[in-house]
Amino acid sequence: MTKSLHGTPRSSTILWATLLLATFLTWSMGALGETGRWGVAALAVISFWKGAVIILDFMALRHAPLLWRAITMGWMIVVWAVIAIAYIKGLAQ
Amino acid sequence: METSTTTLSASPAQAHVHAGPRLAGDLAIWFFILAELLAFGVFFAAYAFTRANNIELFNAEQAALNRNAGALNTVLLLTASYFVVRAVQAAEREASRQCANWLVGAILTGFGFIVVKLGEYAAAFEHNISLSSSPFHMFYLSLTFFHFMHVILGLVILIAMWNGARQGRYRPGDMNGLETGAAYWHMVDLVWLILFPLVYVIH
Repeated sequence: MTKSLHGTPRSSTILWATLLLATFLTWSMGALGETGRWGVAALAVISFWKGAVIILDFMALRHAPLLWRAITMGWMIVVWAVIAIAYIKGLAQ
Repeated sequence: METSTTTLSASPAQAHVHAGPRLAGDLAIWFFILAELLAFGVFFAAYAFTRANNIELFNAEQAALNRNAGALNTVLLLTASYFVVRAVQAAEREASRQCANWLVGAILTGFGFIVVKLGEYAAAFEHNISLSSSPFHMFYLSLTFFHFMHVILGLVILIAMWNGARQGRYRPGDMNGLETGAAYWHMVDLVWLILFPLVYVIH
């Protein structure tokens, strides 16, 4: 059976609630003064996952031709990799 | 067992369902989105490497930012994106009124972002923060304002989509305008999901 490109109200509501929960988690990490490379690594992983939900589910690229999915997800991978490299470079100072 | 006759009995409301890979919205908007992502990507890289050479300054000035306002704006943008998804889903069900109502929700939450951001800028200007006051403030103001302008354009697009939905313009098989605007709005949200942790949180 085929299904909608944009998911169901139920699936998108669950994703939205999970995104809000992840936002609360990262906000509380900041509020508690969570620092250090592991805190930053966790923050980056959570933020990457949130971006992936937007790209794959909200932008509906999960059902797009592979090339478009690869370009957009690839963009996010490169951006976070550059941020990580710069962060590590900063730690070495 | 599935047979090929399934599609013959599909109702108009099911006619839009995808049988294979499909890009939601107009192809042109996706090239525009890629150009935007590239521009923001260069900005993010410039921020990250400038910070790497000015760690103490960036950490000290970042600590003075209103992280709660930034987190609230994340919630507002995520919620606006969710409302846009629900609007598209409503149009797929040929529920134009519901589609328009979800878009009103997205517009209001989008305006909420604008209000919170303007409050943040007002507080920054009160403290004499400007583009030339420090490298961090230059990035903070230019990056967030560049994004802010995209939110404003996104709101204009959402209002046009709301107008179209009120007129019943979007229905299965005729979703291109709605999906095109939705893709742009989600791009604005996606960029913020990197901008917020990068500029407000990572230290």
